[in-house]
Amino acid sequence: MSPHLIGLLADVPEPIGDTAQTYANTAWLLASSALVLLMTPGLAFFYGGMTRAKSTLNMIMMSFSSIGIVSVLWVIYGYSVAFAPDKTSGLFGNLSLRFLHNESQASITNHLFDYAFIAFQLMFAIITLALISGAVADRMKFSAWIAFSVIWVTVVYFPVAHWVFAFGVPISDAKTQTGGAGAAASYVAGTGGWIVSKLGALDFAGGTAVHINAGAAGLALCLVLGVRKGFGKEAMRPHNLPLVMIGTGMLWFGWFGFNAGSTLLANGLAGLAFVNTQVAAAAALCGWLLVERLRDGHFTTLGAASGAVAGLVGITPACGTVSPSGAIVLGGLVGMVCAVAIGLKNKLGFDDALDVVGVHLVGGLFGTLAIGFLATKTTNGIGVDGLFYGGDASQLGKQAVAAFAVMGYSFVLTLIIALALKFTIGLRVTEEAEVVGIDQSEHAETAYEWAGFATGSTHASALAGSTPQRVGT
Amino acid sequence: MRLITAVLKPFKLDDVKTALEAFGVAGMTVSEVQGHGRQRGHTEVYRGAEYTVTFVPKVKLEVLVDDADARDVIDIIAKAAQTGAIGDGKVWSTPVDEVVRVRTGERGVEAL
Repeated sequence: MSPHLIGLLADVPEPIGDTAQTYANTAWLLASSALVLLMTPGLAFFYGGMTRAKSTLNMIMMSFSSIGIVSVLWVIYGYSVAFAPDKTSGLFGNLSLRFLHNESQASITNHLFDYAFIAFQLMFAIITLALISGAVADRMKFSAWIAFSVIWVTVVYFPVAHWVFAFGVPISDAKTQTGGAGAAASYVAGTGGWIVSKLGALDFAGGTAVHINAGAAGLALCLVLGVRKGFGKEAMRPHNLPLVMIGTGMLWFGWFGFNAGSTLLANGLAGLAFVNTQVAAAAALCGWLLVERLRDGHFTTLGAASGAVAGLVGITPACGTVSPSGAIVLGGLVGMVCAVAIGLKNKLGFDDALDVVGVHLVGGLFGTLAIGFLATKTTNGIGVDGLFYGGDASQLGKQAVAAFAVMGYSFVLTLIIALALKFTIGLRVTEEAEVVGIDQSEHAETAYEWAGFATGSTHASALAGSTPQRVGT
Repeated sequence: MRLITAVLKPFKLDDVKTALEAFGVAGMTVSEVQGHGRQRGHTEVYRGAEYTVTFVPKVKLEVLVDDADARDVIDIIAKAAQTGAIGDGKVWSTPVDEVVRVRTGERGVEAL
């Protein structure tokens, strides 16, 4: 067990009673799981509003298909790969918990019913995959997205979740631990994941496993996919900003489950994570708007939405290890940094359509590294002081190793998967389908009925390309 | 008979309509169009990147008039639509061979 965890355990107040504590934790975590699930439909609207009208359904479907695919795989083998006892490598679990057939609904680990943890972690897997879809808007074959989804969560997400979230302890201790972990980690018997158990990097709710992971994958995937027709020449503005704002609200709301739920305990640390999440997102919203006003002359609605999400991303790894003041600093800075970072795609020429790289990769890296500066023992006794609180650079080094390891692994593996799909089933729709709209070509639907003339005219229906005439008798 | 066509700044449409109705023009057709003139559109900044907007939103106004009224109608439109800034648009006229009122079958000037 890493030294900082021992420090943490010593700080935890007397249990209020094992049974009561277990039920309280479980209630909070089940509620948090539902909150985190809500983030994925929220993301669907956030992304769906940002695309052009002709491809919004495809965007929404990539998020919803993630719910469908990942949930099933999670029960079959995903949970097992991520959280089954790992006796040696620290790289992945095993298949001993496949189909969850060795799980009992009465099983309790660390004052938490196991099934609540299984549900909670499932929602993380869903949203991480869905986040990637923003980079491929308007042009990726839906069949290729499905194939990519299955392969990517299997070889990238499930192992990386193990690295970051599977906290190993000696088997004899596994059922007796009390107190909050420094991350969304379950105490699994064995060595656990290498980042959380051996390296000792701090990632409270998934800055590495979720945001850096999805951002690096989005970059690799959009590089292989190529730019959209018109990229760099047309602005390709969002078609529905109110939809973006609804999505932002749902993401923000759900993020309290994501971050405060990651305590895995219904306690004061969850409250701290909650407050930090709120103020970081708020500060980032202001920071992004400030950059926009100075650079472009306007406060945009999309900037407010992007800033809030950037703040939520940035505080994700740090929400349990910084003070609320630190969260304001972190949030304000990450909002400004990401507002500048989204310009990279135009300078470097990769078509990260909805800024997955600029917000999730950059924001995830920023938040993960910021812990090396802003972490403080005074907040929650987690046992690490960053550079700004009199600590040395060792924690920053661990943070960097964790961040760049996840980024490198995700980028390389995603590149290989994308190239393999490109040269087998093909990744991209035809140019004509892309111009007409991927909703029509891939899903045989359109989001909006655009019969421009008086309704009921067959001519108008023919022009709109929808409500086709029935053929035959 | 002549067809007067004008491409105008959208916000001047109401002034032009009012002026034409005061003159006594009976009907007109309006559509939303996009286009550019000598300035070839303009640039705009979106998320920190600059883009060229070649086609600027305009309204197209079409009015059928008797030959005798053509010059007056052109002048009325040009006067009402003018702001003096770039992008004010254009007005032109073209000859029209035949006009039929669908409801009654009236032809020519009677149908205007």
